[in-house]
Amino acid sequence: MFAALYIPDLPVEAIVRAAPELRRCAVAVVESAPPMEMVCALNQTARARGIEAGMTRLQAQARDQKLEVRKRSRAQEEAAHAALLDCAQAFSPRVEDTAADTVIADLTGLEQLFGAAAKIARDLAKRASDMGLEAHVAVASNPDAALHATRGFSGVTVIPPGKESELLGTLSIEALSPPPQLLDTLERWGVRTLRALAVLPEVAVTARLGQEGLRLQRLARGATMRDLVPCEPPLRFEESIELEHPVELLEPLAFVLGRLLEQLCARLGARALATNELRLALSLQPSAISEADVSRFMFHVSREEEERETRNEKRATIFARTLRLPVPMLDGKLFLKLLQLDLKSHPPAAPVLKVTLAVEPVRPRFAQGGLFLPLAPEPERLELTLARIAGVVGEGNVGSAEPLDTHRPDAFRMLRFMVTPAGLKPRHQEADTQRLKPLGVRGVLALRIFRPPLPVRVDLRSGKPSHVRSVRINGEVVSAAGPWKTSGEWWKQQSNRRNTEDIEKRDSWIREEWDIAVASVTAKTDAVGLYRIFVDDRGKWFVHGEYD
Amino acid sequence: MNSAALRIISQEDRELCRWALAGMPGVVAASEMQPRPAAATVSTGIAALDALTGGLPRGALTEIFGPASSGRTSLLLAILAQATARGEVCALIDAGDSFDPESAQAAGVGLKRVLWVRCGKNVSRFTFHVSREEELRETRNAKRETDQGVENALKVADFLLQAGGFGLVVIDLGGVPPNIARRVPLTSWFRFRRAVERTPTALLVLEEEAFAKSAAGLVLKMRSAVATRRSPAKPLPCHARLLTSTEISVEVVRAVAEKKLPARAVSFTTRAQWAG
Repeated sequence: MFAALYIPDLPVEAIVRAAPELRRCAVAVVESAPPMEMVCALNQTARARGIEAGMTRLQAQARDQKLEVRKRSRAQEEAAHAALLDCAQAFSPRVEDTAADTVIADLTGLEQLFGAAAKIARDLAKRASDMGLEAHVAVASNPDAALHATRGFSGVTVIPPGKESELLGTLSIEALSPPPQLLDTLERWGVRTLRALAVLPEVAVTARLGQEGLRLQRLARGATMRDLVPCEPPLRFEESIELEHPVELLEPLAFVLGRLLEQLCARLGARALATNELRLALSLQPSAISEADVSRFMFHVSREEEERETRNEKRATIFARTLRLPVPMLDGKLFLKLLQLDLKSHPPAAPVLKVTLAVEPVRPRFAQGGLFLPLAPEPERLELTLARIAGVVGEGNVGSAEPLDTHRPDAFRMLRFMVTPAGLKPRHQEADTQRLKPLGVRGVLALRIFRPPLPVRVDLRSGKPSHVRSVRINGEVVSAAGPWKTSGEWWKQQSNRRNTEDIEKRDSWIREEWDIAVASVTAKTDAVGLYRIFVDDRGKWFVHGEYD
Repeated sequence: MNSAALRIISQEDRELCRWALAGMPGVVAASEMQPRPAAATVSTGIAALDALTGGLPRGALTEIFGPASSGRTSLLLAILAQATARGEVCALIDAGDSFDPESAQAAGVGLKRVLWVRCGKNVSRFTFHVSREEELRETRNAKRETDQGVENALKVADFLLQAGGFGLVVIDLGGVPPNIARRVPLTSWFRFRRAVERTPTALLVLEEEAFAKSAAGLVLKMRSAVATRRSPAKPLPCHARLLTSTEISVEVVRAVAEKKLPARAVSFTTRAQWAG
């Protein structure tokens, strides 16, 4: 058995898929440039109100004031076609990409998995509906019969084997798309339906219309059998929408993003895939980009330079963001929240005209929870929490630390925080760890770092620090150990950074460190504070940190 | 009134309470309340402290406070090292951006399992001051910026506690002056306590003074550390001296535990990384 899926009025359906509120309206899709915009596709409601393909926009709007007119979007049509393929491939691995609006799936052997052919047909229609497509579905014993049935009958059609000729007979002869000369001949004979053609004697038809006539007759009887040509569509998941009016606020943009994500997640779900990367590209309104940016492209010396500048300008009107996820996920609401948080911290510079969202398909995460695994946050919730935290403290200020392989003081880098299942040890291993590492009786003396180093006034007596004074530390030095000399990376020293006041921006370091115990003059107790101070090559003193 | 009469009144009161609360689902009469089960605890990594307190309670707020160089951070690193060795995921909310990854690594902390949130990064800029007025102005600015760090830390703590799944969440206010940390409303501490209740998360707060009051299940006061150096009979010159270890004493100020503590204070030693 073969199932054919057909989307009537694909240009309209592609538009309506991104804007479901239009489904009940009369919608016409126009193409070409104004003022010669012509209606190229329309839905059933528009047809019922007297609109026809080929009308100009003005003619169509004059016929129906409430008509919704949209521009044709090839990108959205491609996305609708890809969604149709995904829908069919959710059921069968053998799918033929027959036309932009039609696909045929081989259902041989699927009864064991999905039930009877009628049930598969209903499920296919439901899956297409979930993806935002109102598709006609027909199931027949051969691909051509299924194809003609799906193009001729709306809804779900099931043709039992042997009943093809009977059920297809009511269709118009034009459903077979005969050559014009043949069509004229058949009309002159009074043959207007498939049944009329099917009942003609084969020999007589062949004698008068040749092999093409015989082929048409077999199609009309639903008696052809051809091999399906399965396709291997690339795993490309991209959805885009061109906005009627530029969007300036995040909330309406989030609304659009939500719809795109919903469609992408449905498509990924149909292929049993997830994603670990979202790529968002926003086309910005060029006129709204700041004058300073545009003025850079005004004066051009040569043609090449002008072309290069034009390319740069085009690039400047595209605002792109990429979200990488630590684990494969498939949760549209989570993705939307992450994109919202990202756009909130990195807003586009101008109103948005077009939104394109692409996802990287990967195999979903298979995680087996265990009773004996230690506590860990759920990756999805953790990712959202990290994004929220990054919105408060900044992107580079949240993660896990990794000390660098250098002698430079306070050298580390921030890594993205990830909880990998491999990093979690089962509890019985945890018990082993505790057995191997008995509880200690002493700890390691820790240092609290002042970032940036705290400038301090130091009085010296016999070359030793005797008194320190700063905003936070003020007291007599009761004990001092040092100095410990340290330096490094002088070979990286850049002349412009050599004398910079900001010690953190210097490439090299050279310092003499002291460990001091300070009896604070402001403290109410006799407690002493332990600090590491240092003097740099300019003779300035800083507090590096506090032993605690 | 004899004891039999008291018993009758008590039974009548109990019936009355039951009748009054019949239409209020979810509300339990005080007379019907069950004693709270003892909280599960986790090791601090310091054997003496574990023997004293039984460890850090899960599902509760633990407060560690003390002045500068009192050993709060050393104890924190020991706790983090134990938690990460158990395979738990920890979060460190660093209000003053003072965490030292090198010290943590030396203490055995699995840094990849510690989420470090630097709330106070680049918020405190100190410069040399030409005049007293300038110094005062800078001090005021620094306080305002530290205030922002604390505010961020509280927001982040809310996010992390709501997300759940962390074995240990630490709010480090150790570098925040007490006059700023004191502005954190008591309701925030109760909210945090409520958020971790009946979860396996242990919430730890480091401060210079204790502010969480009765919201904390365990309050530890760190005493001033006494620096000890290798000091032979003959005093050495400065360049030959070495800070090797400190003596830390911990006093239990408050412990909501059923068992009676064997003592109120305990001492332990912290050794410098270079002392071996």
